[in-house]
Amino acid sequence: MNIYVLLKKTFDTEEKIAVSNGHIEEDGAEFIINPYDEYAVEEAIKQRDEHGGEVTVVTIGDEDSEKQLRTALAMGADKAVLINTEDDLEEGDQFTTAKILEAFFDGKDADLILAGNVAIDEASGQVGPRLAERLGIPYVTTITSLTIDGEKIFLDKDVEGDVEKVEASLPILVTCQQGLNEPRYPSLPGIMKAKKKPLEELEIDDLDLDEDDLAPKTKTLDIFLPAEKEAGRVLEGDIGDQVKELVSLLKNEAKVL
Amino acid sequence: MSEKIIVIGEAREGMLRNVTFEAIAAAKQMNANAEVVGVICGANGLDQQAQEMIYHGADRVITVEHEKLDKYTSDGYGQAVLAAIEKESPNGIIMGHTAIGKDLTPKIASKLEIGLISDATAIEMDGDNPVFTRPIYSGKAFEKKVVTGGIVFVTIRPNNIPSLDKDESRTGSIEAIDVDITDLRTVIKDVIRKASEGVDLSEANVIIAGGRGVKSADGFKPLYELAEVLGGAVGASRGACDADYCDYSLQIGQTGKVVTPDLYIAVGISGAIQHLAGMSNSKVIVAINKDPEANIFNVADYGIVGDLFEVVPMLTEEIKQLKA
Repeated sequence: MNIYVLLKKTFDTEEKIAVSNGHIEEDGAEFIINPYDEYAVEEAIKQRDEHGGEVTVVTIGDEDSEKQLRTALAMGADKAVLINTEDDLEEGDQFTTAKILEAFFDGKDADLILAGNVAIDEASGQVGPRLAERLGIPYVTTITSLTIDGEKIFLDKDVEGDVEKVEASLPILVTCQQGLNEPRYPSLPGIMKAKKKPLEELEIDDLDLDEDDLAPKTKTLDIFLPAEKEAGRVLEGDIGDQVKELVSLLKNEAKVL
Repeated sequence: MSEKIIVIGEAREGMLRNVTFEAIAAAKQMNANAEVVGVICGANGLDQQAQEMIYHGADRVITVEHEKLDKYTSDGYGQAVLAAIEKESPNGIIMGHTAIGKDLTPKIASKLEIGLISDATAIEMDGDNPVFTRPIYSGKAFEKKVVTGGIVFVTIRPNNIPSLDKDESRTGSIEAIDVDITDLRTVIKDVIRKASEGVDLSEANVIIAGGRGVKSADGFKPLYELAEVLGGAVGASRGACDADYCDYSLQIGQTGKVVTPDLYIAVGISGAIQHLAGMSNSKVIVAINKDPEANIFNVADYGIVGDLFEVVPMLTEEIKQLKA
């Protein structure tokens, strides 16, 4: 089976966010594989181990993205592709990303494409479905279980807590939701092996794309931090009185009851 | 600019979701003079829902009824909604940022080769051009975003843009269009209801969330009782989900759901930065925790330091009396 994983690097979830001049300050920040993409990597490896084939992880990024690709290779992926847009693209949006990936997948004959259901930074969740539509294959988002039997694929889809049992055929694109699996940590031998696994670097010229085709359809005007919240009141006294006071505050001051 | 705006309606258990009405209000914010055209899909009996959209501000509604639209699939709804868009050539399209909205809108945007601004929480106008505010980094920051041309396509986060008052004197036409729905490549064989008891987290006005301090699945019982008297939903921190006290579908945080209810009561939650990302934009936050040093008190409007198993049932009683 020809399995692909779409991967994005994101800020570590522990990071505080700083903004300067309308941009997120990236200096000194720790980057990780987007947590939802980790489920995708794990699932890809599991499915390959069961059904054979090859797992390729693909990212669009800059030269620093190699770190997250190596981590995915250390987890057990076979090959990695870095589409480096650092020198060619100043801005892009989900349209841009999907368009680049569409060009990348041209002629690739993927059986299964896995992605995270959302990236924890920009959180649009658009790229997976957009790409599937471009490739003319079906997609199922927010999956929590995946079983392949021949050409058939059986999925559990999380719909705001309910579970839909979905049946479809390969090729398909799925986006992964928490609960799908428990991503493994790279083992030491895995990390050693990953250094020798193939990591191909492409630029948009290599994909026969022109910058003009990739002009984003949306534009960010400004980025800002939410207003600092003032520390609230910790109530005092007998617990029973505190509860009474709280209810009174919620009713009369906050007006939410 | 936007003279005609399509609002894609969404129903749950046969009832339109609130966010559909909020989307109508959003359309009016974008252009008070725009014609707002509702679009709803389903197997049958959509006239009642269409009428509800008109009562809440839609000028007219297009319905697409087909047996293959009984349950939402991206293929089925995609074909139905695209047919309506093609027919109407709107300047704007709005839908709720719900499970269905998230699944459907990128497909439509991709098909039409247009931009899509997901999960907007506010709209302001720069002349005739709408500027959308949306949270990024799970609410640790916000961005202001515009589309650079063509159709203004946006999904809005539930609970952020107030809907218009229902006005049953409003009238408008309801038009059923025939769409030949073909080729559903994904088939829903079964739906297992886990979440439908009570209120959906993303749309809840009140959320009671439990953390590791709740100590067990049983420990969540008093939280459910409090949620019931408040008409709210129960959520959880990652810690509580990892410890198997509850399902991951309840998780609130940077991974998990991002929520903005009117009232968020954090019970036995320490307040890790990842959890705060998912809830700190709630309007009023109450923290109940044994540990006075817990980080959650730094974002709470009101805090009670105490044993949750003592405090929560007392709170439930007190509110019951208030509501009696």
